[in-house]
Amino acid sequence: MSTNNSAKTPSKLQKIMDAGHFGVTSECGPPRGADGRIVEEKANLIGDYVDAINVTDNQTAVVRLCSLAACIRIKQMGFEPILQMVSRDRNRIGMQADILGAASFGIHNMLCLTGDHQSFGDHPTAVNVFDLDSTQLIQTVKMMRDEKKLLSGFEMKVAPEMFIGCAANPFADPFEIRVARLAKKIAAGAQFIQTQCIYNMDKFKLWMQQVVDRGLHEKAHIMAGLTPMKSLGMAKYMKNKVPGMDVPDSVIERLAGVPKDKQAEEGIKMCIEQIQELKEVEGVRGFHIMAIEWEEKVPEIVKGGGLYPRPKVD
Amino acid sequence: MRLNYPTNIKIVKLPCSGRVDILHLMKAMEEGADGVFVAGCLEGDCHYQAGNLRAKKRVAYVKEILDKIGVGGERVAMYNLSAGQGPRFAEIAREMTEKIKALGPSPIRIAKRKAAGRPTTEEAA
Amino acid sequence: MIIAKPKPIEEIIELVKDLKSVLVAGCDGCVTVCEAGGMKEAQVLASALRMYFRQQGKDARVDETSLTRQCDRPYIAQLDDQIEKYDAVVSLACGAGVQFLAERFSKKPIFPGVNTCFIGVTEQKGEWTERCQACGDCILATTGGICPIARCSKRMANGPCGGSSSGKCEISKETACGWHLIYERLKELGQLDRFERPNDPKNWATSRDGGPRKIIKEVSQV
Repeated sequence: MSTNNSAKTPSKLQKIMDAGHFGVTSECGPPRGADGRIVEEKANLIGDYVDAINVTDNQTAVVRLCSLAACIRIKQMGFEPILQMVSRDRNRIGMQADILGAASFGIHNMLCLTGDHQSFGDHPTAVNVFDLDSTQLIQTVKMMRDEKKLLSGFEMKVAPEMFIGCAANPFADPFEIRVARLAKKIAAGAQFIQTQCIYNMDKFKLWMQQVVDRGLHEKAHIMAGLTPMKSLGMAKYMKNKVPGMDVPDSVIERLAGVPKDKQAEEGIKMCIEQIQELKEVEGVRGFHIMAIEWEEKVPEIVKGGGLYPRPKVD
Repeated sequence: MRLNYPTNIKIVKLPCSGRVDILHLMKAMEEGADGVFVAGCLEGDCHYQAGNLRAKKRVAYVKEILDKIGVGGERVAMYNLSAGQGPRFAEIAREMTEKIKALGPSPIRIAKRKAAGRPTTEEAA
Repeated sequence: MIIAKPKPIEEIIELVKDLKSVLVAGCDGCVTVCEAGGMKEAQVLASALRMYFRQQGKDARVDETSLTRQCDRPYIAQLDDQIEKYDAVVSLACGAGVQFLAERFSKKPIFPGVNTCFIGVTEQKGEWTERCQACGDCILATTGGICPIARCSKRMANGPCGGSSSGKCEISKETACGWHLIYERLKELGQLDRFERPNDPKNWATSRDGGPRKIIKEVSQV
């Protein structure tokens, strides 16, 4: 497999970040039912304020309307989707087929993930597949795009053109593994990285410094992940219950310091301040705003962060 | 019958070629034998039914190993003959000896000699 | 028992070729019975490695041993006072034994000398076949004593599939159709009513899918 991470694709997100602008993405979680309009409603709330919209793939191993169908809806609305794909539920045959299907609808962004273990979701008795892992999925998409070949070696007449992304968690312990693992994913072909939501700015900057020291920021676009806190309760939950999440006491204290009815507003304010601060951090090339079931706040955050209007590219 | 066969052959007598173990062949080679052949009864004539067929498989197995480690599987062989075929035994013994002589000394023996600071007679000549 | 198969010798040579001393450690358990990694196989491999090193002109030490079981601490502890003599160990035990050695001797490379294949039986001398996938929730009582998870290529719960033909699996004429066998056995047992009862989706959480497994038998604990 070749090592070219700068392969050009029709992705608008890629063009924007390649042109030197900060990229902005947000996400939309499909419903736990067959109502596709919910996807459209969410996309309409954020569509004009971001460059591309991530659509989660059965996130936390809970069955939801599939990412591919939701991405097609979003694409048909005139927005740019990012197809999230976890390797938990399908083998290499199913995943490659879905990648081809996505490409046939003009979907040009993918986020390659391994996926949460099914024991966390609503079907803990399910088999897990994990035929490939996230790194191998990145390699697969890259091979399909750059070599026009399936993993079998079969040569395609028309190959998918995907801007390839992956996730990174700068906060999981032990810290020393994290940059090495990112380097591996970039070596596999990742072109953009969306990080776990950031609350501990000091630790993130330390990670980012190591990323820059290894020159990884020049090989892939690092997008800082942000999730605004809706309330003190949410902050405490994130701190204590969500694995791999690093919420410093200062965040808890700041939210605790304002009346309950002002906490949401404070959460948005904190998120905007983070954007301002992160814009100055070397290597940060964009923002991934995950406003969980709070999509209506994305425009405010994007505007507040000085990221609106979104740049136009050809 | 007073048949002649080469004196460089050391005979190890066993009740049946089925008693020949993979390890016997390996050990002989490891100790520096240039070649080993198993002389079993004619196929179908084993007093213990299938001893010679087992020996044949083991010889083939050892050949494979010797090929893979660079010693050469052609240094071991399986022959079938009856107890009444004395002249055939002498013939096989000569045939095997000539074949091994053509191959030269076993690389194990050469290496062992070298390690001990003594070249093989063939090399010296 | 656990059925294993010796790794090709060239693969093992690749692992040890630059070392000065190697211990080939067999296991007297399952791998002895399936003739993949007992004392005998350890001796053959060690002999082959010695010859390999010798003819490469390398003065390497290769010894062999075999432990009663490599999956029990008291037995692997028998290597405690020898392990320092070697650069690495080639373990001929199943994957469990290799890992148990690696855990105990954390600074010593432990290489696998066999490929661990399946839980199975001896069909006849020199032939072993798969019977069990260790799913952790045995259903043999309902399937005529024949496991569809281990013996159906699609591990179907309600087979046979349309690819089954004259009792053979669609993947190979050499492979018996597990569900054909189940049907025949249920018929023999007069339990064909079971065959027509749909089996619900299985709980795979007790299988490997639920994550690495652990069993505690409290009464046995010290």
